[in-house]
Amino acid sequence: MSPRIVIAEDLHLLREGLVHLLQAHGFEVVAAVETGPELLRALVGERPDVAVVDVRLPPTFTDEGLQAALAARREVPGLPVLVLSQHVEQLYARELLADGSGGIGYLLKDRVFNSGQFVDAVRRVADGGTAMDPEVIAKLLASNARHEPLGALTPREREVLSLMAEGRSNAAISQRLYLSESAVGKHTASIFGKLGLSPSDDDNRRVLAVLAYLDAARES
Amino acid sequence: MRRHAVTIGRALALGALALTDVLLLTTSLVAAVLAALGLVFFFMPMIGLVRRRTMLARRLTGAWLGVATEPPYLPPPPPPRPQPDGWYRHERQLYRTPRWPAWHDRWKWMFTDPATWRDLAWLWLNPLVGGSLLLLPLAAVWCGLDLLWRQTPLTVPSGVAVIVAGVAAVPWLLRLYGWWTHLCLAPTARSVLAGRVRRLDQLRTETADSQAAELRRIERDLHDGAQARLVAMGMTLGAVEELMDKDPGAAKVLLAKAREASSVALTELRDLVRGIHPPVLAERGLGDAVRAMALDSPLKVTVTADLGKRPAAPVESAVYFSISELLTNAARHGGADRVWIDIGVRDGALRVTVTDDGSGGADPARGSGLRGVERRLAAFDGVLALNSPPGGPTTATIDLPLAGGGDASEDKVPLRGWRRVAVALGWGLGWLPLFPQGLVAMSFKIFGSDERSWFLALYLPGPLQWPMIVFNVLLGLAMYGAAMAITSAHSHRRLIERAGPALGLDG
Repeated sequence: MSPRIVIAEDLHLLREGLVHLLQAHGFEVVAAVETGPELLRALVGERPDVAVVDVRLPPTFTDEGLQAALAARREVPGLPVLVLSQHVEQLYARELLADGSGGIGYLLKDRVFNSGQFVDAVRRVADGGTAMDPEVIAKLLASNARHEPLGALTPREREVLSLMAEGRSNAAISQRLYLSESAVGKHTASIFGKLGLSPSDDDNRRVLAVLAYLDAARES
Repeated sequence: MRRHAVTIGRALALGALALTDVLLLTTSLVAAVLAALGLVFFFMPMIGLVRRRTMLARRLTGAWLGVATEPPYLPPPPPPRPQPDGWYRHERQLYRTPRWPAWHDRWKWMFTDPATWRDLAWLWLNPLVGGSLLLLPLAAVWCGLDLLWRQTPLTVPSGVAVIVAGVAAVPWLLRLYGWWTHLCLAPTARSVLAGRVRRLDQLRTETADSQAAELRRIERDLHDGAQARLVAMGMTLGAVEELMDKDPGAAKVLLAKAREASSVALTELRDLVRGIHPPVLAERGLGDAVRAMALDSPLKVTVTADLGKRPAAPVESAVYFSISELLTNAARHGGADRVWIDIGVRDGALRVTVTDDGSGGADPARGSGLRGVERRLAAFDGVLALNSPPGGPTTATIDLPLAGGGDASEDKVPLRGWRRVAVALGWGLGWLPLFPQGLVAMSFKIFGSDERSWFLALYLPGPLQWPMIVFNVLLGLAMYGAAMAITSAHSHRRLIERAGPALGLDG
């Protein structure tokens, strides 16, 4: 059965583009809405397998979409939502991840250009995984630059950490870095050791642990 | 008792000072006459001397009588600027050195300032007014002693009474003197407004300049960045169109390139937008925007924000960029690790404190960044206070009034205490002595009516009737006059209080 999806985007062209793209990749678009209240109704009413949501929506053109997504997730815990925006903020990423239940994506709108990777991210989120924009992760790592254990990572380990934090599985990381999967496994084990995190086989839990760690590190 | 003694001492000191003013008065008169005869060189040193004396008077009345008096002078002229050829122009003359034009400017500055002439008026009257007000008790005591000296049963008690009255009157006379000095030496509403207009004028120029510079920067960024990339993208796509059939492989490579270019263009546009108006600020307001800024900073930043209502968008933006600059400074120059940002609203003013644990020694006079912050805030009557001792910590405080200037109803402060009662009595009962008891009784008297009704004056014996009527009329006028004077003095004081800081006068 094809996954059911809700799309919220106020720009007509982009909304149509997203609908076509996702339909072409086997999604069933159950609602394509324009405004925040419509989105909330669609999310709670349709209970889709995944939603693609623009942060800024009418009527206020502030963070209407984000608020609707958060409200829907309070009502339907773990409802998978992929949030798209013209800009990414650590603040929003933190709010999205706060409930710790996964099924969250937060990407720049530009990522839609690379349809293969974008659809991959939507699928990951639909499966309860995580898709964080590389820019969010880069900012997170940059603002942690002075932090002690992170400084102890080798450049390769940092690369692996970034990709892991974006929500990619070991298989995807190995493809991306042209490494064997076992080599990636070794790197992740070493990273978890250096950061003092307990290793986990579950990809998604692993990601959330890393993100929570990075987020907490800057507070201490 | 001791306080009274201090008061008497101060009164005597001010009185003595007022008497010595006779010397300065004579000097200034001579200089004025010489200046009028054409020897204008005497004018400026004389005015300088008089200003010093009046500043002393302002300081003393402020410290001793609690009548704080701001200096009313116009700001001094800026030093003359040379022309491109190195010469200095004053009207139609050219000079090799800036000395003459500067002298002319100063002369004009002093001569045209009304405060100069009010200073002189005060000085020329001060020996008389000050001397008589403050040395009156001395004369009374002298008189009393003289009466005591005669030692008759009548003179002794009256002598004691005169001495006691003289001593008791000192605080009142001193206050009267303070009011008089304030009247002559304080800024008038006109000079305060003139100062405010000048300051706003200057601000307008600065704001317009910085706005134009900002627009130029945005134009340049768009022209060299996104626009150029879009042109390149268009050209690449054109090439793809041509290659499509002949060499699909190469066309694919070019398409990937075009997509990359669009990505870079978007990134550049994003950065540009962030510099103009950060999206989080638009979406969430100041508190969350600063929190987002704190998350992106390499420093450990703790933000507490309690704002209530969102301030106006331009104010939010100015404060946001000011905080951003302060944070950058803390990281770049201060060598700080931790920063605390506190945003709150107190007494209708937005207050932001940015504290860091860096090495301190920041100086707005040297850093152009801090100057930019000051300029940015000044457009909204906001000020930046910096406390940065060498060795740290540095605390920067931003204070910015939130009530939008034009709304007068919010600024209205009602009268309080006895003033309120007096104004109410004046407006409420002034008609009673003025109309029925005064003017109507007068008309009855003039037309010789026998009717006496409830007009008190007409029940008095004949010779007292006219004085009573006149007294009633005067009483009514005085009541209205007092009510009006108190109200206008109050609003004048409010005006000065509000515009005072904007005057930018510092002695």
